[in-house]
Amino acid sequence: MDMSYRIGIDIGSTTVKTVVLSPEGELLFHSYERHFSKVREKAAEQLRLSEDLLRGKPVRAVITGSAGLGVAKAGDISFVQEVYATAAAVNREVPDADAVIELGGEDAKIIFFRGSLEERMNGSCAGGTGAFIDQMATLMNVTAPELDALALKHEKIYPIASRCGVFAKSDIQPILNQGGRKEDVAASIFQAVVDQTVAGLTQGRELTGKIVFLGGPRTFLMGLRERFIETLKLDEEHAVFPENAECFAALGAALCAADYPEQSYEALLDKLEKTTEQTGLTNTMQPLFTSEEEYEAFRARHAKATPAEADAETYRGPAYLGIDAGSTTTKLVLITPEGGILYSYYGSNRGNPVSIVLEELKKVYALCGDRIEIKGSAVTGYGEELIKNAFSVDLGLVETVAHYRAARHFDPKVDFIIDIGGQDMKCFKIRNGAVDSIMLNEACSSGCGSFIESFARALGYEIKDFARLGLMDRHPVNLGSRCTVFMNSSVKQAQKEGATVEDISAGLSVSIVKNAIYKVIRAASADELGQNIVVQGGTFLNDAVLRGFEQELGRNVTRPTIAGLMGAYGAALFALDRQPERPALLSAEALESFTHQARPTTCNGCTNHCSLTINTFDGGRRFISGNRCSKPLGKAHHELPNLYKYKLERLKTMQGKGEGDGSRGRIGLPFGLNIYENLPLWYTLFTKLNFEVVLSPVSDRNTYKRGQRSIPSDTVCYPAKLMHGHIEALLDAGVDAVFYPCMSYNFDEGKGDNNYNCPVVAYYPELLGANVPRLRNARYLTPYVGLHRPKDFRKKFAAFMKAEFGVPEKETAAAVEAGYAAYHAYKDEVREKGREYIEAARREGRTILVLAGRPYHVDPEINHGIDELIGSLGMVLITEDCVCQNVEKQSRKILNQWTYQARMYDAARYVCTQPDMQLVQLISFGCGTDAITSDEMRDILESGGKLYTPIKIDDINNLGAVRIRLRSLVAAVEEQARAKGA
Amino acid sequence: MAKLVYDETGRLLFTKEMKRDYTLLIPQMLPIHFGMMRMCLQKHGYNCVTLDNMDQKAIAELGLKYVHNDTCYPALLVIGQLIDAINSGKYDKDRLGLFITQTGGGCRASNYIHLLRKALKKAGLEQVPVISINLSGLEKNPGFKLTIPLILQLVFSIVYGDIIMLLANQCRPYEVKAGETDALAAAWQDRLVNEFQRTGSFTMKNLRRNFDRIVADFAAIERVKTEKPRVGVVGEIYVKYSPLGNNNLERFLLEEGAEPVVPGLVDFVIFKIYNRDVDVDLYGGSGLKKAVVRLLQGYVEKCQQAMIDAVKKCPEFRAPSPFSHLKELAANYLGAGNKMGEGWLLTAEMLELIGDGTNNIVCTQPFGCLPNHIVGKGMIRRLKDDYPESNIVAIDYDPGATKINQENRIKLMLANAGRLAGKMDA
Repeated sequence: MDMSYRIGIDIGSTTVKTVVLSPEGELLFHSYERHFSKVREKAAEQLRLSEDLLRGKPVRAVITGSAGLGVAKAGDISFVQEVYATAAAVNREVPDADAVIELGGEDAKIIFFRGSLEERMNGSCAGGTGAFIDQMATLMNVTAPELDALALKHEKIYPIASRCGVFAKSDIQPILNQGGRKEDVAASIFQAVVDQTVAGLTQGRELTGKIVFLGGPRTFLMGLRERFIETLKLDEEHAVFPENAECFAALGAALCAADYPEQSYEALLDKLEKTTEQTGLTNTMQPLFTSEEEYEAFRARHAKATPAEADAETYRGPAYLGIDAGSTTTKLVLITPEGGILYSYYGSNRGNPVSIVLEELKKVYALCGDRIEIKGSAVTGYGEELIKNAFSVDLGLVETVAHYRAARHFDPKVDFIIDIGGQDMKCFKIRNGAVDSIMLNEACSSGCGSFIESFARALGYEIKDFARLGLMDRHPVNLGSRCTVFMNSSVKQAQKEGATVEDISAGLSVSIVKNAIYKVIRAASADELGQNIVVQGGTFLNDAVLRGFEQELGRNVTRPTIAGLMGAYGAALFALDRQPERPALLSAEALESFTHQARPTTCNGCTNHCSLTINTFDGGRRFISGNRCSKPLGKAHHELPNLYKYKLERLKTMQGKGEGDGSRGRIGLPFGLNIYENLPLWYTLFTKLNFEVVLSPVSDRNTYKRGQRSIPSDTVCYPAKLMHGHIEALLDAGVDAVFYPCMSYNFDEGKGDNNYNCPVVAYYPELLGANVPRLRNARYLTPYVGLHRPKDFRKKFAAFMKAEFGVPEKETAAAVEAGYAAYHAYKDEVREKGREYIEAARREGRTILVLAGRPYHVDPEINHGIDELIGSLGMVLITEDCVCQNVEKQSRKILNQWTYQARMYDAARYVCTQPDMQLVQLISFGCGTDAITSDEMRDILESGGKLYTPIKIDDINNLGAVRIRLRSLVAAVEEQARAKGA
Repeated sequence: MAKLVYDETGRLLFTKEMKRDYTLLIPQMLPIHFGMMRMCLQKHGYNCVTLDNMDQKAIAELGLKYVHNDTCYPALLVIGQLIDAINSGKYDKDRLGLFITQTGGGCRASNYIHLLRKALKKAGLEQVPVISINLSGLEKNPGFKLTIPLILQLVFSIVYGDIIMLLANQCRPYEVKAGETDALAAAWQDRLVNEFQRTGSFTMKNLRRNFDRIVADFAAIERVKTEKPRVGVVGEIYVKYSPLGNNNLERFLLEEGAEPVVPGLVDFVIFKIYNRDVDVDLYGGSGLKKAVVRLLQGYVEKCQQAMIDAVKKCPEFRAPSPFSHLKELAANYLGAGNKMGEGWLLTAEMLELIGDGTNNIVCTQPFGCLPNHIVGKGMIRRLKDDYPESNIVAIDYDPGATKINQENRIKLMLANAGRLAGKMDA
């Protein structure tokens, strides 16, 4: 018998786990510890803990884990893949398991046992989970166990994007800011983790039977268990939470060790310890500072941009208050008319900005006494509306305008502003005194400042100390310039290579800078940004980030000493400029009786089912947030012309038997992608042939959920993902056949070099056939059709209908003709409606907004009600396809080869000729073609003197960022008008 | 600098004058294939260079700097590599042109050339002409013509490249003397180039004779008789082949003790020609066009068949299947009209590999690759259902994806391979 002890070492992204088994397989020792990026030292240290047990003994050892490969290679120790190891451990501990769900620090895995064994790990896009929960807890200012306790007391679950941590974060923030209950948010966070795991990893395979849950101590909190059990509909017997769940991979590695060579314990320890001396860090950058002197000069230079002196103790006179209710922090300043700061506050809003502002206002009033009179107040930021209503603040303004106002104070010639806050990054150019070319980080790369903070904490540091560590570092590690989730794995890799905490600190600061420059701004050189750059936002208070920014641009910039307060400062200056006639801010007395209660509810006004928060203040004052339209506010709402709505209403009616008798059967059409705009054709064609057309219902959140499990590629666009749900809906409706054609080509409208559909719109029908299990037994028709060649299509489709349904060819030919006629009639109708709306807008002197996207963006679940938001801002909405015909064909600097995309270019060109028109482009996240179109659209619009406003949309429901863009657009248009008038 | 001439759309043309004294850069993808293609172009009077700058990090950073970051990774790398080369100081920036291929399909890849021009503008290199190599009649240039002899020679380069790659891949993991395979591959590449320079043309007869010799030479390499797990590599054309694009996947697989099986480039060429034939079938069109297309396709298929025949003569090597077989394999999964990017061919290659007993497959794609949502990741589910023994892992490549993450996933696939093999023994 083999007398060697078996050792398994699991080195994960945040922890090291060690297991020792006796020759008989008995568990003798196990340990679990965070490694704080000191991967190799920690592994050796743990091994030494079992020295008494193993001294002089023969051992067989195997390393596993995502950060273990490097150690194994460097030390010449055997390695097994961690999922494989986990499977081995489960085989021994829970032999009848059907599946394993494992949530690690940053990885999620599912192993299916029954049938063919399958192992799934999260792809490079889905963020981590254990670290994510920690991050969310930090965001809510509680510990993970406290978060857990909160979750157990929830009443409702908010929809939170489940794709990756960064998305979820930007969903949670507004709920908190708008006064949502922490208990509900906590449970919603756990639900997001569950959805992410189930949706991201099952990919069509059902999670049923006995399920074993593994992972570190953070991950299987009671609140999380509850969500898993409820979502997967498990009972106690089928949800197994084993002891030592965190050590399973290490245990598995130990079990696998039997197959690997024997050595002495001392030899193993020696190998492991020797590896700790090697460093293999290759991918490094220049240091931030090479000497203390250089750093001092840098500090002195930046200390110059500071507000006027003001003595709060002695000052008498008027003052102006500015509040910036940001996503993670609240900022407040009180200034003199000269801009001197009498009082300032900067702090985390700890999930409840209202109570922070209340506290601070009381302090402000105490300071004011009868010496200082607050003559005006303004608020900006995510929580603008809430704070404005709560405290009766005089003015509200969009963040971009506030930041520009403040920047101008320090550098009147400012032409570029970049603000990196906790959650968001904003940058914009200043052209003719107006905010222009706003660039916000899209949902995928937000994170920014709070990301560094979470990282600092994960490595066991306070943010201030952590940032300072990097300043004098000799070898900052290059972590790339992608979104934060990718950075996690870059850090992992650096740790593997032996990077020090200092290297990582400096590297993270620089990666934030690179993210801003290359991902958000997408600049090739400093000259593109501007001559006079002002940087602001709390993140730039970090000298390492500031230095990295200057180094990367090769130019000095202005960082006001109050970089973190600029939003509030700008708001205060704005109040000063506007001089409100009747300052209405709640008085000190009124604050004494101030109360605030927040109650969550769901609006049933329409199918959007917005999650509302009803805020009630003392004296019966109420403020409702979370709404997209004015319906729940109870105000009689005047709806402005909205072509999205019009199209949707028209298309929705195209189902049923039409003029036919439905005798040939019921044919199902999924209401999305290439069917959307061509529906008039298909509807008319099929009803003419006496088919009854069954259209899948207009999408909502459930459409997505219903089809979620069969989505094979998590990075495909949301409109495509919804198709899975549409197919399910049609199958539920019991149709005789589902018709969903493949279309390499679309109509040739003579606008471009070719008339393709994008690959996803073209071939998604075939993907559905291969991935939606129920389609295997259904009649599912996906012929290749070419609508761009009517004569050929008529002939070929007639042959198809003959072969498939026995329809006489003549009959089909006539129906095809009718179909084309109906399609063209519909297109004419839309154009006519557009003209009508334009005239209506012009009569009322309203801005006309061309919302440019794809035909299927009309779907309310895809656009998330952006059309209504546009209406609420007082603009009339028309679409690209009703103005694009107004300009002649022109060649583009890119290959203009997609039918739908070609319309946008022409629409943009037309908008440039119309003073009262603006264009907003909707871009689905993951849309590859829009990587091409967006640059071109920007070129066209900016060279035509217009603002370019792209809006990225995904499954996220939060319109916060969208609102900023649209309001900035409105503000800039107003500013341009004012400048012209002056 | 030559006189700069523009067409009516404002595109800088590659003129006859430029052909005389400009150096033309070709981005790298498959060294053997591209090396020979370079020779063909040189023979036709184009003074060109295939790039060998391979600093992945620097190249990707240049790409990120000059190209929209959401564009596919191959665009970032190809453009990054070209700009890196221009900036290297090795070439006169005023006497330099760039070659880039353009497939002309509905995928964004057809836009690389435009992205490249935008990048050149951003980098202040607007004087550098870009020449599109395509079969779609896109973008003509007075100084460059894809003549029939040139096309045929390029096809020869591709089949030569394929056979050398195919055999080298089957020898390298087993060679007794380290480096022998690569040395032989390099020797053959030189020999073919020399022969071509000497005779000035490739003929079918020469092709067959050379194929036989190549096979014999590779068969003579001394190899150990161990079984290694075979791992197929399919995917988006650039990341599938280019070590720059796939973090040196082949080397990684070799180090992990596997034998990489990489299907050849010639199928892709035939596929792109065949698409035109199918278009006429599906949507109507000129019969003449169809006939011309068929003629060309027939010729390339003949070259492929010659290669297959040669390999088959030596039973110790696995020969690839002809294009017609791949077409049949895919027919159960995707329509013949699925043509964007690698289209149905990608699925067909996975089926061919599985059918040939190569159940382990790495399906490579740039992050967010549109066609691969359908024909790569989108088909894996069904392949697993139909072939439970198949073991496929999809790997995304982009500038942010770390090697460790990719290698970890491949290792999982390899661990599975071992387990599946064990299960079959039992």
